[in-house]
Amino acid sequence: MRSATPWPDVLSFLVEATGETLYMVGVSTLIATAFGVPLGVWLQLTAKGGLRPNAALHRVLGFITDLGRSMPFIVLLVALTSVTRLIVGGSIGSTAVIVPLAVGAIPFVGRLVQNILSEVHVTVVEAAVTTGASTLRIVRSVLIRESLPALINAIGVTVIALIGYSAMAGVIGGGGLGDLAIREGYQRFNDRVLWSTVAWLAVLTTLIQLGFTRAARASDRRRHASV
Amino acid sequence: MITVENLTKSFQGVNALNGVTLDVEAGTVLGVVGPSGAGKSTLARCVALLERPDSGAIRVDGTDITALDGSALRAARRQIGVVPQGDSLLRQRTAAGNIALPLESAGVPGPQRRTRVGELLDLVGLTDKAAAYPDQLSGGQRQRIAVARALAANPSVLLADEPTSALDPETTGSVLTVLDRARAELGVTVLVVTHDMGVVRKICDDVAVLEQGRVVEHGKVLDLVSDAGSRTSGALLPAVDLNPINESSYDRVADVVLVGFAAVGALLPEASHRFGVELNIVGGGLTRLGETPVARFRLGLNGERSDSALEWISEAGGAVQRSLKGPQGVAA
Repeated sequence: MRSATPWPDVLSFLVEATGETLYMVGVSTLIATAFGVPLGVWLQLTAKGGLRPNAALHRVLGFITDLGRSMPFIVLLVALTSVTRLIVGGSIGSTAVIVPLAVGAIPFVGRLVQNILSEVHVTVVEAAVTTGASTLRIVRSVLIRESLPALINAIGVTVIALIGYSAMAGVIGGGGLGDLAIREGYQRFNDRVLWSTVAWLAVLTTLIQLGFTRAARASDRRRHASV
Repeated sequence: MITVENLTKSFQGVNALNGVTLDVEAGTVLGVVGPSGAGKSTLARCVALLERPDSGAIRVDGTDITALDGSALRAARRQIGVVPQGDSLLRQRTAAGNIALPLESAGVPGPQRRTRVGELLDLVGLTDKAAAYPDQLSGGQRQRIAVARALAANPSVLLADEPTSALDPETTGSVLTVLDRARAELGVTVLVVTHDMGVVRKICDDVAVLEQGRVVEHGKVLDLVSDAGSRTSGALLPAVDLNPINESSYDRVADVVLVGFAAVGALLPEASHRFGVELNIVGGGLTRLGETPVARFRLGLNGERSDSALEWISEAGGAVQRSLKGPQGVAA
């Protein structure tokens, strides 16, 4: 039995791994939002009863989306290696993990967004249609603005999910908190690192969740919020 | 101002509209009434340009608006202000923000937008609620904001689809008052689709009765009530035969409809006086259609010249609907 890692070292492990995790998750969330929200809007617009119903297109989009969602992340991580190399010029490290994280999260965000937008009551949407508003304006001022609190919450859910996925980043040398817990803590029987990481992950995800919940509430103008 | 010509629309083989033709004069209020499933909602959705009819035309100022697309369609939609059925306000926007929506769609710049929103809040009597969110407003207030929104872009036609269906009687009154003001102060032509004859009673100049996708009755409310067989008179006038009367005590028994202050107040006493007959009101009552008092009375007459008296009432503008008792009946 070797002696436990000194606390200052545990702390510096945690700081470094947290930086990696936040980098991977932050950038991939931005990318997933940038592509996933439009995907969700597109899915909702083409859906039956949407503003631009198109059954064929909707089915194709839905199929691709669900295909992406059904892929286990660990498979995506290795399967996308060549794509990753093409985009970021390498296939290992934190930056390389961002590609599969984002790719995995886009369909996830897309479905969440579609579900949320479909909750905007049809009367409200049609009322906007009768004002002569363009589809783009209705998407922006009605669909998205009316669901903003739920959308913010959905991004929060995505961030938490991506923190989970990013634990597998170690497979391609991405580092991060999950990797720290597995490689440094579990595989080297370093209980202090393992449990410190677990505790810190719990705190971190709680704080992030709290932040998104607060932001969602701040964006909500309904006084008797029912979400 | 707005005409609907031979409109048909079917859903999966079921005909919702079966050749509907309507005409609303500029600055008047038409009520479209009918039982559930008569096609009222479909008609409203077609006029709101949310549904395309299978055939027929909807003309605003003579132009058919049913076949438009793209920006022409959006421009046509701004011609027709719509108060949709049910809660339709954006819950994340203030009352003022909701009213501004059509103005944003029309590209009206900010300062003018605010002025216009102020005018509309004033019209619907909710100036103090400008910054309130829909959840802070009552059902009637929300509906008045919806009316203000529908009027924001200066439409020539206002379409209200069951504007009072979810409201209690008192609140209904406030919403109808606002619709009436819109017509009176803005000169907008109003088409209101409703199952509630109370709406027709309070604000409609004209009425169209829809049944199974067809217009079965269409005309001025005050003309139709004088027509004994019309659905409108049946629905709007006081019932006459609530109390069974002893018909044998009268020489003649007849129902008469009187429209307007002068007729209601003076016609019967004068007939009695002129012809020296005893004239009793044995049933019916008085109501008000808009501002106009309208009476339907069951009369019991005694005297030799009873038939002449009824004839005179009829000539003087009272609609004598039927002679319940008498040798040959008196023509109305």
